Amino acid sequence: MSIFDGLAAVEEEILKCMKCGNCQAVCPLYQESRREPAVARGKIRLAAAVLEGKLEPTDGLAERFALCLTCLACVASCPSGVKVDRIILAARTVLTQKKGLPFIKKTIFTGLSRPRLFDLGVKTAARLQGLLFKNIEPGKMQPRFPIGLELRRIVPPLAPVPFRDQVAEKHTVERPVATVAFFTGCMTNYLYPEIGQATLRVLKAHGVDVIIPRLQHCCGAPILYNGAADMALEMARSHVDLFGGIQADAIITVCGTCGEAFKHLYPELLEDIPRYSERAREVAAKILDITQFLHKLPFNPKLFRAPELAVTYHQPCHLGRGLGVVQEPLFIIRSIPGVNYLPLKEPARCCGNAGSFSLTHYDMSYQILTRKLKDIEDTGAQLVVTGCPACRMHLTDGLTQEQMPQKVVHTVELLARLLEEK
Amino acid sequence: MSVAQAIEALRRELGKNNVITATEDLFCYSYDATADLPEQTPDVVVTPENVDQVVKVVKIARQFRLPIYPRGSGTNLSGGTVPIKGGIVLSTLKMNRILEIDPSNLTATVQPGVIIQDLNNAVAPYGLIYPPDPGTVATATMGGSVAECSGGLRGLKYGVTRHYVMGLELVLADGEVIRYGGKTVKNVTGYDLVRLFTGSEGTLGIITEIIVRLIPAPQARETMLAGFSRLADAGNAVADIIGQKVIPATLEIMDRVTVETVENFAHVGLPTDVEAILLIEVDGIPEVVKSEAAAVRQVIAKNGGWVKTAENDEEREKLWSARRAALPALARRKPTTILEDATVPRSKITDMLLAVEDIGKRYNLVIGTFGHAGDGNLHPTILADARDEEEMERVRAAVEEIFRAALSLGGTLSGEHGIGIAKKQFLPWEMGNPGVQVLKKIKQALDPDNLLNPGKMVDLT
Repeated sequence: MSIFDGLAAVEEEILKCMKCGNCQAVCPLYQESRREPAVARGKIRLAAAVLEGKLEPTDGLAERFALCLTCLACVASCPSGVKVDRIILAARTVLTQKKGLPFIKKTIFTGLSRPRLFDLGVKTAARLQGLLFKNIEPGKMQPRFPIGLELRRIVPPLAPVPFRDQVAEKHTVERPVATVAFFTGCMTNYLYPEIGQATLRVLKAHGVDVIIPRLQHCCGAPILYNGAADMALEMARSHVDLFGGIQADAIITVCGTCGEAFKHLYPELLEDIPRYSERAREVAAKILDITQFLHKLPFNPKLFRAPELAVTYHQPCHLGRGLGVVQEPLFIIRSIPGVNYLPLKEPARCCGNAGSFSLTHYDMSYQILTRKLKDIEDTGAQLVVTGCPACRMHLTDGLTQEQMPQKVVHTVELLARLLEEK
Repeated sequence: MSVAQAIEALRRELGKNNVITATEDLFCYSYDATADLPEQTPDVVVTPENVDQVVKVVKIARQFRLPIYPRGSGTNLSGGTVPIKGGIVLSTLKMNRILEIDPSNLTATVQPGVIIQDLNNAVAPYGLIYPPDPGTVATATMGGSVAECSGGLRGLKYGVTRHYVMGLELVLADGEVIRYGGKTVKNVTGYDLVRLFTGSEGTLGIITEIIVRLIPAPQARETMLAGFSRLADAGNAVADIIGQKVIPATLEIMDRVTVETVENFAHVGLPTDVEAILLIEVDGIPEVVKSEAAAVRQVIAKNGGWVKTAENDEEREKLWSARRAALPALARRKPTTILEDATVPRSKITDMLLAVEDIGKRYNLVIGTFGHAGDGNLHPTILADARDEEEMERVRAAVEEIFRAALSLGGTLSGEHGIGIAKKQFLPWEMGNPGVQVLKKIKQALDPDNLLNPGKMVDLT
């Protein structure tokens, strides 16, 4: 039984919570609201109440469970080792089955789950976005009308040509040391093609053959995190089929959440489906974040040169706590000659984006971001490096609104920029 | 007069943002960190922002005869914040300002919702510390820890919360606001009510402001880990260290069950062929620290133990991580963790450790014991599964025996967790019925209608 079958699957996790309240010290949402339902301990009690039949799956309950960044900070600090994220996902799945999704989310997720339709829709939207958004400066737009986004919010424009349409499917180098399949993720494909291009350049510079499968689409994580497991099932299956059929040493991701979907969510989702359970695990075993892969190669710092550059690093939640990629990005950043790494006081604290959470709870999301911006300012760094396109978007939003001078790049973009052309 | 009318009045006086009534939310205020206790949802949760609003809550509660359950972070281990009779939960979390840090008088004035660690962070730039450090230092509120008189790891040298509370502002059950104590070191005006209210568990008044004493941060420290192949050797070493006139800031013990569990789960490099280990930290002026550490090492050698000294912060952190892993590691062995805090005079530590071991065997329970050996405050931790009623019956019987053992050694039911609901029934064992009567008279005098945290510590019947 998987977490997507309901709360009974996480009964042991619920029972493990000894209600010590240690999660209060690390939960970004609790620190803003200081209300017990915001913190893991409260939500676990609510999940238990549903399981015991004491609480009905009401809209109110769905709202409480929506109030979680799934940043995993509580999981990392829990003395009893409770996997809170599993309880949250199981609860959301139950609530979505019983109550359905809010209209806006349902529309988006239905789109995501139909790859070809979605691709066409995004390309059309890319041509029409000028009607709805005004350009602030290159790479930054603001909504003209309240269209489900806060008017003050700064977002990147949709790429005129998505990344996967910009590049060929197969890239070979002379005497390759390895072959990888590259899962780009939606944000890289449609919003930040430069992250995709950077990945390609850095991998090629390291002598790696790259396959960018045409038929890939959304990983399904946004859907799974919102409890619509049934919608995501086909997406998981098609990716397991697609990537399972490619001869590659590794499958590279540039977003911790996409990586998590392949590594942890697919095997769970496909657990009871014959023929798929094992293949899902095989695909999962090949998943590596770009920095993990480079670090293993090993990474060659001699390819890069930086003019004196002061950078800091924000650790994305699903990359750090989710996939356990903590040291690799730092190792890479620090090994480049000329780069001066100035650590954040709390590098692993959630930036507040949390995917669709920032759509539905933007004020709270921004409040959490404010703490990160202060932390960035205190470092004195010129450049913020991070390993997740969503964090990049959120940090850029805040830095722009607060008129701070720092720019944000993905780790692999930093590398591509410092790559010495030979 | 109904609950609905009371809620209406609360909304009128506090604003609707400070009155929580959704069923889903109320469920989240039905418990605290205590295991194996009944839960109860309140009728309403209020989050007053200042003392005036607290007064209003008290007056409405009086008018509608609703009990008030004051609550900070809800991390206590005695059922102290469970609203067992329903009514109003009064959360202090919105009153969370540090009002003043006064380095010339070495005091800080805080509202009850301030987190202990936040106070420590705020006074650190002045070279000062607020010593009480319960395990929940990063989550517990000042109000909660004063109400429960929390202890912690540094009790032996630095004392507990009551030794740092100099003044209090409280709202009484009749809605009057009173202030006792202040910033003066000396104060013998009237009865020592600051001491009375500290540790009163929210049963006598609602704390709305606290003046605490701060002390200079120690300049140097040295941390050592010692291992013993016999439990008695570890116990004797504790006594001998004090006998040498050395008062360590920390003197912690972990028994074999705990050490094995910690090593299995956390792999911090602890030897598993020991019966007990001690974690010792001495602090103060560098020269003194050096000579005290040397004395400690001598005592350990004399008692047949080995010792490892941390050479730098990194090594110190490693030794501490073993101690910090004690509860987490034990908690992972089984789903339900019952953490006790029976306390004995320091000279009886060995007897108590052996008694707990024996109780564990007799009731066929896994009990890991660790704790503050230096001040006699042990934490026998029973690992069980709440779904197994037969096992839970054995747990309850074992807990009673642990209390009896502590009392027979001249100790106390609770060193630092408080009485609350969990230990209420055992009070006569320690203070006799006449003793309990005195508690009741005090409660009767200050809260005759039994409105403040009713059902805790003593019953007014």
